[in-house]
Amino acid sequence: MAAPHLNVEAEEQLQGLAREESQFRQFARRFARNKLAVAGLIVLLLLYVVAILAPVIASEPLDARVNLAERFQPPGTPGHPLGTDNLGRDLLSRMIWGSRISLSVGFVAMGVAVLLGTLVGSIAGYFGGSWIDIILMRIAEAIDVIPVFFLLVTVVAVLRPSVFNIMVVIGITSWPGLAYIVRGQFLSLRQRDFTEASRAMGATDARLIFRHILPNAVAPIIVSATLRIGWAILSEAGLSFLGLGAPPPAVSWGQILSVSRSFLKQAPWLMFWPGLAIFITVLAFNFVGDGIRDALDPKLKR
Amino acid sequence: MFPPKLKVVTGMARFLTKRILNMIPLLFIVTLLSFGIMQLAPGGPEQVILSAEADAMSDPAQMERLREKWGLNDPIPVQYFRWVGNMLQGDFGRSYYYRLPVKEVLGAALPNTIQLNFFSLLLIYSISIPLGVISAVRQYSKTDMIVTATAFAGQAAPSFWVGTLLIWGVAMKSNGLIPTNGIATPGVNFETYGWLSVLADRAKHMLLPLTVIVFGGLTSLTRYMRSSMLEVLREDYVRTARAKGLAEKVVIYKHALRNALLPILAVSGGLLSSLVGGSVIIENVFSWPGIGRVAWQAVNNRDYNVSMAVMLLGAVLTMIGYLLVDIAYVWVDPRIKYD
Repeated sequence: MAAPHLNVEAEEQLQGLAREESQFRQFARRFARNKLAVAGLIVLLLLYVVAILAPVIASEPLDARVNLAERFQPPGTPGHPLGTDNLGRDLLSRMIWGSRISLSVGFVAMGVAVLLGTLVGSIAGYFGGSWIDIILMRIAEAIDVIPVFFLLVTVVAVLRPSVFNIMVVIGITSWPGLAYIVRGQFLSLRQRDFTEASRAMGATDARLIFRHILPNAVAPIIVSATLRIGWAILSEAGLSFLGLGAPPPAVSWGQILSVSRSFLKQAPWLMFWPGLAIFITVLAFNFVGDGIRDALDPKLKR
Repeated sequence: MFPPKLKVVTGMARFLTKRILNMIPLLFIVTLLSFGIMQLAPGGPEQVILSAEADAMSDPAQMERLREKWGLNDPIPVQYFRWVGNMLQGDFGRSYYYRLPVKEVLGAALPNTIQLNFFSLLLIYSISIPLGVISAVRQYSKTDMIVTATAFAGQAAPSFWVGTLLIWGVAMKSNGLIPTNGIATPGVNFETYGWLSVLADRAKHMLLPLTVIVFGGLTSLTRYMRSSMLEVLREDYVRTARAKGLAEKVVIYKHALRNALLPILAVSGGLLSSLVGGSVIIENVFSWPGIGRVAWQAVNNRDYNVSMAVMLLGAVLTMIGYLLVDIAYVWVDPRIKYD
């Protein structure tokens, strides 16, 4: 009571902290109520543990020796729970190694897309209606208007397929959708009072964009990014399937699938398991994405 | 009677002109993009063009002659404008792989892609709209759960996996009844077999690719239809219609459905684009001789003129799709103005 002024300020700060805490808790509680999303999250965590521990778990190294005597062993063969491939390598080991590319491509590609999409979207939205906005959006539209797989195969083939190229190109071809979302957010946020207030106080354009407006547009960015990770994984698998994946000894699920096509009759398991792995991973990401969307903002439902 | 109608027509005409004029800068950027991508190739596109002429590589004099012939000695901007200029006159260059004009290669492939995707779109709409409506009307029922689960599955399942599964599980076990690749059995023609068997043969070949495309394409549309219908069902006018004592069927199909269809139109443009893009994979799985397959072969054989033209063609197809959607939108929803 001696210094009421100070106390009020401190209390306000504490309250602010408490509110932030409870906001995250609220989010976690809402997310936890969504059974599918939680199941998806658990599956993903398991998959990532497998990918990280690949050198420990996989019974054969990445560059396993070709063993033609043991080719096309069916699933359930002792030592080869999922069977062996056309070169006699253990399919389960190949899939464990393959999980590394398939699981990292989603995040890296999304990182690139979020970075580009946010940058372009915020600049365009902030300067909405000006020539910068028009030019940036026209470029986004032009990329968007080329069917994405035409663009992907061409760019990847021209640059030569490598893990790095594939991840970056998937990211570069998928930012326009994010840019539209961010731009839309900016167009509405830049009219708000808090923006006007900071501008009046002399904040620079860059400061306004990145410190004041962008933090308010984070929720839709996160949601749309999570939902697109699945798409990135499918794209990588599709590229590998078309023979435009990372070259051996690198291995991904899509690549195993691609090879399996020639041995459909002798060894259908070669096609079945990697496809199932992609399916489950993408499904899990989509469930988690939907869960995040609903938990972040119930109103954001499509 | 006459003047207002005329006004509508000129309004539409102005809207169309504006929309089409807007496409020009977009197309220009697309040409820049596709030309630019080719310049990214290590050693430039010329390395590829020249190596396609098998023995030319070892003979410097002949190589120089080819460079001159294809105009590869000119500065890049000159090459770009020549390429665009030729295209404006309908000349898309030659395919180094097929040894044919690009126009002929694409002209032969395009109808096949359109055929496949036309039937796909037809099926996707006629299945997903009723599914979405049923799902929304009986929200949280067993039917709704099954529909939603199928939609999730279709979104996550890689199309090439579903396709391969079908080839293995259906076609290979059908004793040749269901073909796994191609668009028609060679030799089956109207003259000797009659139109009925030609039609049956074509349908047989489309069966598997259609199934895969429809399974993958259904999902987003069904989910949109469901959520849009749910939204509309909560509207006041639906409650009013019910309060008037109208039959539930009338309420749903006459009052609600019409309004719920609008958002579906909005996502249709994107659906078309993803179908065209997805054809690269589908046509590859089933050896369907369309532009998706041409695109892949061009990329594999470094057939740059074809690659550039295919990207452009894809963009034009998508833009036409968006334009049709816009026209439909204005036509369906009187609240939307032309400009």
